Amino acid sequence: MRAWCAPLMLFVLCAAPLQAWSALDAAVVKLLGSETTDERIAAIGQLAASQDPLAAALLRGLGEDSVYQLEDGRLLIVANDTAVDAATGAAVTPVPEARDQLIMNNRLRKVLESAQAGGKLLSPDRAVRLAAARDLQTSAAPAQLPMLREARAKEADAAIQTVLDLAIASASLRSDSMQDRLGAVLYLGEHGGAPAKTMLNPLAAAGVGAGTDAEAGLRTAAQAAIAAIDRRLARTELVGTALQGLSLGSVLLLAALGLAITFGLMGIINMAHGELLMIGAYATYVVQSLFRQYLPGAFDWYVIAAIPVAFASSALVGMALERTVIRQLYGRPLETLLCTWGISLILMQTVRTVFGAQNVEVANPSWMSGGVTVMEGLVLPYNRICIVIFSLLVVVLVWLLLNKTRLGLFVRGVTQNRRMADCVGVPTSRIDTLTFGLGSGIAGLGGVALSQIGNVGPDLGQSYIVDSFMVVVLGGVGQLAGTVIAAIGLGELNKFLEPYAGAVLAKITILVFIILFIQKRPRDSSRSRAAAPRHPHDHARDRARLGPVAGAGRRARGRAAAGAASRLSRRASDARVGLLHRVVREIHVLRDRRGRARPGLGVRRHPVAGPRRVFRAGRLFARHVPDAGDRP
Amino acid sequence: MFFALGGYSLGMYLMRAIGRDGVYQSHLPDFMVFLDWKAYPWYWSFTDHFAYALLLVVLVPGLLALVFGFFAFRSRIKGVYFSIITQALTFAAMLLFYRNDTGFGGNNGFTDFKRILGYSITAPETKAFLYWLTLLVLVGVVLGCRAMMATKFGRALQAIRDAEPRMMFLGYNPLGFKLVVWTLSAVICGVAGALYVPQVGIINPSEMSPANSIELVIWVAVGGRGTLIGPVIGAVAVNGLKSWFTAALPEYWLFALGAIFVLVTLYLPAGLLGLARKVAGKLRRPAPEARKVPA
Repeated sequence: MRAWCAPLMLFVLCAAPLQAWSALDAAVVKLLGSETTDERIAAIGQLAASQDPLAAALLRGLGEDSVYQLEDGRLLIVANDTAVDAATGAAVTPVPEARDQLIMNNRLRKVLESAQAGGKLLSPDRAVRLAAARDLQTSAAPAQLPMLREARAKEADAAIQTVLDLAIASASLRSDSMQDRLGAVLYLGEHGGAPAKTMLNPLAAAGVGAGTDAEAGLRTAAQAAIAAIDRRLARTELVGTALQGLSLGSVLLLAALGLAITFGLMGIINMAHGELLMIGAYATYVVQSLFRQYLPGAFDWYVIAAIPVAFASSALVGMALERTVIRQLYGRPLETLLCTWGISLILMQTVRTVFGAQNVEVANPSWMSGGVTVMEGLVLPYNRICIVIFSLLVVVLVWLLLNKTRLGLFVRGVTQNRRMADCVGVPTSRIDTLTFGLGSGIAGLGGVALSQIGNVGPDLGQSYIVDSFMVVVLGGVGQLAGTVIAAIGLGELNKFLEPYAGAVLAKITILVFIILFIQKRPRDSSRSRAAAPRHPHDHARDRARLGPVAGAGRRARGRAAAGAASRLSRRASDARVGLLHRVVREIHVLRDRRGRARPGLGVRRHPVAGPRRVFRAGRLFARHVPDAGDRP
Repeated sequence: MFFALGGYSLGMYLMRAIGRDGVYQSHLPDFMVFLDWKAYPWYWSFTDHFAYALLLVVLVPGLLALVFGFFAFRSRIKGVYFSIITQALTFAAMLLFYRNDTGFGGNNGFTDFKRILGYSITAPETKAFLYWLTLLVLVGVVLGCRAMMATKFGRALQAIRDAEPRMMFLGYNPLGFKLVVWTLSAVICGVAGALYVPQVGIINPSEMSPANSIELVIWVAVGGRGTLIGPVIGAVAVNGLKSWFTAALPEYWLFALGAIFVLVTLYLPAGLLGLARKVAGKLRRPAPEARKVPA
């Protein structure tokens, strides 16, 4: 069938430009009314190549199922009770009763779409042109070549030019000129993507055109082109997977970072952590609704406003939890687990009662939707990019907070040696509350991020809690850098395993991997641990400081030296001693609550019992608590 | 999880006992017909024998617990970490069973059972028998455990619970003890699952979710830790409450469950049994001077 189809098309290719502008060729119109699909496809191809407005009208009519055939073979376009002769454009009145609708099957529709796309290529609207070019990218027929070349010559937009080049190449692939075909194969090999590969496949198949040398050459060229495309696709996929992994990793990081503080630093197993994420996400939802109602103009910026709100609401809930419940359970991790699990149930049910059990809709602001095309066939959505950046920001802020502020110093002090920190005047109980609030608030930030990429529902937290714990455990308890590495690593591992094992098996593999990993490095979860290993940089700096500091004031020099010495001593022996040096140094004078200086250490004795008792004993200025030895 | 594994093991037998009475009149379970499987996978072999299914009920959870426990206890994982990795294991198993390809019916699990050992599973007599059997097993298990605790082995276990390092210094290796008792508890749990499935008539992966495991723990906590009768009391109390709440105030059941979790951990660390003991102690003699705990 194709054998006679090709010369027909060739005929049309020459004929079409000649007989345009007056009326459509009766032969073409007759062909359209034919019984066989192939003939009708040929007719549509001819119409597409023509520049006649009548042809465009006829094609539009075909698309809208408003073309009818009369008994004498003429075609009518019927719309709103008026009929037009398709071939001449003359009105036909009255509308004849005896007419048959031209039935379009799926194959015809597909051909029709690409034919109509040809007309749109010259539209003044860039988006329409791009869409039309995309339509034609793989489906252009050789008959459309002249039209495509013309459009390509007129096109000024680089993106559309590229697409049109691909369309021209794919159309030439089916042309009769061996030269054109070879050129097209080479072009596709250099620039084509996955769709080009499917077009090249039949050419490269063995046995096709084994006859002439030219065709054999074409086949070799096609095979080479496919190999080139494969290489490029593999590279794209690799980069794509890596980026997806990064994105998943940053989501995990946001979810786990708060936990790294509450569990990692404080040793509290907070099963309600997922619900704190959920509260953050719902806070985003509330802020969004408020903006929609009161500030529709600034709607795009609601996410920015939601960040502090989510942080504050989650942090407040977290601090309330710590004050009322969790502090009763310090030192009893398993009870904490049960208790916070109960709290998570209550929180979930509360949200269900307030917002309903259905998921709520949180829309991306407009600047977050869409994406940037990294390479051919790889689009990176803006919301994912934003989350990666956001999580990095949060990590940096947390790091600064923990390592560069007074609060951070206290937090680390309490973490490393609660009793000693208490002795030197750190308000441990308030620090506990603040630390827990910080961890919870970061969970709220994670909730903001999650609301931008997934469903927000009462069960949101449940799906992240196990993953978060995995990240913290894998990263090493109490180490921020470890958490970051673990989160990104897990994300990447997950995405790279997925193509081989499927999503669920990949997840299971990772869980098993983590279980095995914990075997290798068991850790007691007690809250006093040695500090993280130090970076070599610090040693160099310390040595420099210990040397003579010319010019500097004596006091400054002394202080620097003391700090360095303490750090060196920490390296040498017990890490905690070093930290204490620093705590003492930073506090200078112990003061009571009203700011009066008070006598130094050793006034008060602390019970030797577990952390809970010490905790209970409160701050330095609290009443004297007798230890076991004082009892009669 | 071990509960669900036991349930699945017996479920396999029950599924085969459906025979050709399923929706599709095939010798395969309906879900395999959906998946267009032609034969049973290898791990389904012999499950049409009841005795073999019973063996699986004991062996599958037991072996898994043995292997897992060996690795966990050998590297002396305990406390928090142990609970986290058991949760992770449960989670992994749940994901595995949710997959259709695993061959256990995906998220629908097994249901629509028809008969057990030739008796109809919906007949009142069968149900009554299963009920009594369950009670019998429960009493048997409690008595058995009690007897075990009275032996030297049981005393060693208690010692490990109270002071594991001391036991190690005294020359005992806690690994074996812990492994045995951990495996034993998994087996008991598997038996419970096997008793649960024919009575409820369905087993699906949601039984394996970490939430369910934690709910089991709260039964124990409510009843009273460190006792054998405590879990029985706790399970009955919590589930009784659950039945009442879900019927009367379905909205508030989760609130109530959450509150139980919080209150029990905060105020009843020894559970109902501990409360009862305290009350009994106070009744017997005048309240002793309250111990001064800086609380």
